[in-house]
Amino acid sequence: MGAARFSRAPRFRTKLAPAMLQFFARRLIVAILVAATVMVLAFALTRLSGDLAISIAGPNATQADVEIVRKAYGLDKPLSVQFFDWVGRAATGDLGDSYFFKKRVADLIAERMPVTFTLGLTGLVIALVVSLPLGILAAVRENTSLDRGVQLVALIGQAMPSFWLGLLLMITLGLQLGWLPISGTGSWQHYVMPGIVLAFSAIPALTRLTRAGMIQALGSDYIRTARAKGLSRAAILLKHALRNAAIPVVAIAAVQLGFMLGGSIVIEQVFALHGVGFLAWESIGKNDFPVVQAVVLVLAVIYVALTMLADLMNAVLDPRLRGP
Amino acid sequence: MSTVSVITGPRRGWRSAGTWIGAAIVGVATVCAIFAPLIVPHDPFTQDLSKRLLPPFWMAGTNPDHLLGTDQLGRDYLSRLIWGCRISMLIGITVTIVSGLIGITLGVLGGFLGGRVDDAVLFAITTRLSIPVVLVALAVVGLLGSSMALLVLTLGLLLWDRFAVVARSTTMQVRNLDFVAAAWCAGCSRARILLGEVLPNIASHLVVVATLEIALAILLEAALSFLGLGVPPPLPSWGLMIAEAKDYMFFSPWVIVIPGVALFVLVLGINLLGDGLRDLFGARSDP
Amino acid sequence: MSALLEVEQLEVSFGRTGAVRGAALTVERGETHCLVGESGCGKSVTALAVMNLLARGARRSARRLAFEGQDLTRLSDQGMAHLRGNAMAMIFQEPMTSLNPAYTVGSQMTEVLRRHKKASQRAATDRAADLLARVGITAPGLRLGQFPHQLSGGLRQRVMIAMALMCDPKLLIADEPTTALDVTVQAQILRLLASLQRDLGLGMLLITHDLGIVARVAHRVSVMYAGEVVESAPTTELFANPRHPYTQGLLRCVPVPGRIKRDQPLGSIPGTVPRIEPGFQGCAFRERCDFADATCAKTIPRHAATADHDFLCRLPA
Ligand SMILES: Nc1ncnc2c1ncn2[C@@H]1O[C@H](COP(=O)(O)OP(=O)(O)O)[C@@H](O)[C@H]1O
Ligand SMILES: [Mg+2]
Repeated sequence: MGAARFSRAPRFRTKLAPAMLQFFARRLIVAILVAATVMVLAFALTRLSGDLAISIAGPNATQADVEIVRKAYGLDKPLSVQFFDWVGRAATGDLGDSYFFKKRVADLIAERMPVTFTLGLTGLVIALVVSLPLGILAAVRENTSLDRGVQLVALIGQAMPSFWLGLLLMITLGLQLGWLPISGTGSWQHYVMPGIVLAFSAIPALTRLTRAGMIQALGSDYIRTARAKGLSRAAILLKHALRNAAIPVVAIAAVQLGFMLGGSIVIEQVFALHGVGFLAWESIGKNDFPVVQAVVLVLAVIYVALTMLADLMNAVLDPRLRGP
Repeated sequence: MSTVSVITGPRRGWRSAGTWIGAAIVGVATVCAIFAPLIVPHDPFTQDLSKRLLPPFWMAGTNPDHLLGTDQLGRDYLSRLIWGCRISMLIGITVTIVSGLIGITLGVLGGFLGGRVDDAVLFAITTRLSIPVVLVALAVVGLLGSSMALLVLTLGLLLWDRFAVVARSTTMQVRNLDFVAAAWCAGCSRARILLGEVLPNIASHLVVVATLEIALAILLEAALSFLGLGVPPPLPSWGLMIAEAKDYMFFSPWVIVIPGVALFVLVLGINLLGDGLRDLFGARSDP
Repeated sequence: MSALLEVEQLEVSFGRTGAVRGAALTVERGETHCLVGESGCGKSVTALAVMNLLARGARRSARRLAFEGQDLTRLSDQGMAHLRGNAMAMIFQEPMTSLNPAYTVGSQMTEVLRRHKKASQRAATDRAADLLARVGITAPGLRLGQFPHQLSGGLRQRVMIAMALMCDPKLLIADEPTTALDVTVQAQILRLLASLQRDLGLGMLLITHDLGIVARVAHRVSVMYAGEVVESAPTTELFANPRHPYTQGLLRCVPVPGRIKRDQPLGSIPGTVPRIEPGFQGCAFRERCDFADATCAKTIPRHAATADHDFLCRLPA
């Protein structure tokens, strides 16, 4: 009899089950609420120090200067008016103007975001390239010295201060060996060292998760079935076990990217990469509040979006989540 | 009181060796932290410009009076290192106390009461995770000026998420256990059940989280101090020592190697100890 | 010609516990051989040892372990992998978890044929659909595109059976294939296995602890106790003339219509299977046996009741 066509690999079905749609609708509402809360917090954060006008006008300003600044930046209005003004404009993509750079904040962030994103993605790719094989190896050789070695690597990664690792790499790879440029953003080589450093922060979690997932998968009944079918070792490990172990790893990788983007500020400063983190650092030094609150908001929104992406990828990778 | 945590029995081999190494490192660091004023060979703040950047004992041209050499202002490096240990430990522990109070309260309430309260707690955790910690901490300190108290408060307010997640999930497990149900039936009050039954039973999990948080807080403090927005100078925080020595690192790398190794070893030790405790208690620390 | 599967003096141990201790059994071509015994007596471990699927940490040895005369103990992992799923196939007790949740039924079925017979995807798909129909699954084309979680337990076990048959195996090992299923489904699956065995001329090693099943489908029965085969005989012979006290006890536990009077209590064997430590000697059943005496602690000879009926007990015929 003739067989209907079917796909070998699970195909992505755009038709999500109603339960899944509801789940994502709820997630979207939560995401919007989180963004709103972060807006309040970011606004409050910049008002912490009291009178913004005095800070902006600088130490040598007279009372008259301060009053001019206060008027010019709308700081004479009540806080609630200032807040809703900010929210209203942010909703349309207008994040205000930078005091120091004399530019629209949205433009500033858009200019700097590619650097931060390149850095984050480089870090994530390096982290995955290291973590997946290490985690798989450790799981396959569970309880051997190799496994213990991998766990030690994870522990070391966890304890490594990123800025210090960055400096050490600059001294060794940069100065002594001369393999890589020390700072700046001129070429792709400039992203290698900071990428390695950033990757270190994600490697422990990703390696442990891969290892745990693989150990669980390798002990499962369907792997016994795969072996009973006489499949090759590679097919058993990479097709049957890794496919299931990778589901949580891929999801966490998206979340880790969010953490990396938020945490890249230190590394951008060490390597003089002029990304969003560097921008925020400069702005903090210059009391440039619109920029600071906008960067906090943007990074938070990106993080929330990435967690939603993680959930979506889970649904794509795990057929069971796609409904009956 | 009954205890839920599964005791996994005595641990053998390298894992227990790791635990002992971790315990030893933490022990030494604790002694250094507590008795720093008594054991420092020199005053860590006294500058002596005639003795700038003396190399440590394993290098040529060292001065036996300064085992680990001196910094760019001629201050004794060993003394500053010991004093820095005091600051790291102090910050790690106080931040963890603040964040633990916040996180455990939220987590236990959410896990125990469920419903709307739990929804609110989950929302708080989600929001907290979306906030970039380093950036916000830098902004607060940058705005309000650096001081130890402010740093501790800021980090404490930012690092409670793991406490909340673990406290919440373990409380949920404990809530459903028989002896807690029995306590309900016996007419015990909510507060009594929370303090008498739930907290003791989730304590082991929280201790493990606390070690991880201490390590994390120490790393973050170092990073903030390195960026100049952490511990105010001239206090010898290890992060600040690295930042101040950065300009000399290409000529004399040991100026950043020494405080960096100290930082790395301390954090590694705390994590090793935490892993050991986790195995010992059979506790979970992952969200 | 040698038998399909020959096992002699099979030993499997996990650390200090001996799970299988000198088991012997022979499966002839086209024959259903049932392996019965209480749970924990080593039936699954025996089957897994034959397939070389034992968990890491298990040690296996055998005087003879041969498939169609080929020595399996000397076969490389590679060589063994080429037999598994090909000439010898196995289905398991847990249909709910034995299929990979991440791949479609079709994908999991076709990969066997593609691996062992180098079949094209198209040919493999056709064969998979045929077999699904053969094991009684309606709309096979639709099922091929579905994921395991979309199927019921009975359907999954049918898929497992069809998957095992992909490469026309000569030996099918079925380890309690119906234990996890509803009673009505159990009967269907057993009937299916029996008819497949007959129609395809399969050699089948069927593991079960249900003697009712055995009476209906088995040509030959081996009774296992504490890692040993204590009695082995053709089915009718075993039911008519059980020689080992354990077999007799087992048979007393089964209600056979006609033979058992209404209201008469069913028999049961008191006690549990002992844990076998190294250095154990004698009959493992002696603690629970009504006929035991001091000689049971010595090495027990194997007796032959008839040419193809042997048992392991000090009591002579
Ligand atoms: N992976 C394993 N590790 C340790 N012991 C095992 C393992 N698998 C089986 N055993 C032991 O081997 C004995 C026989 O088990 P098994 O063959 O599964 O019994 P059954 O006859 O019910 O199929 C049991 O006592 C069990 O404890
Ligand atoms: Mg079994």
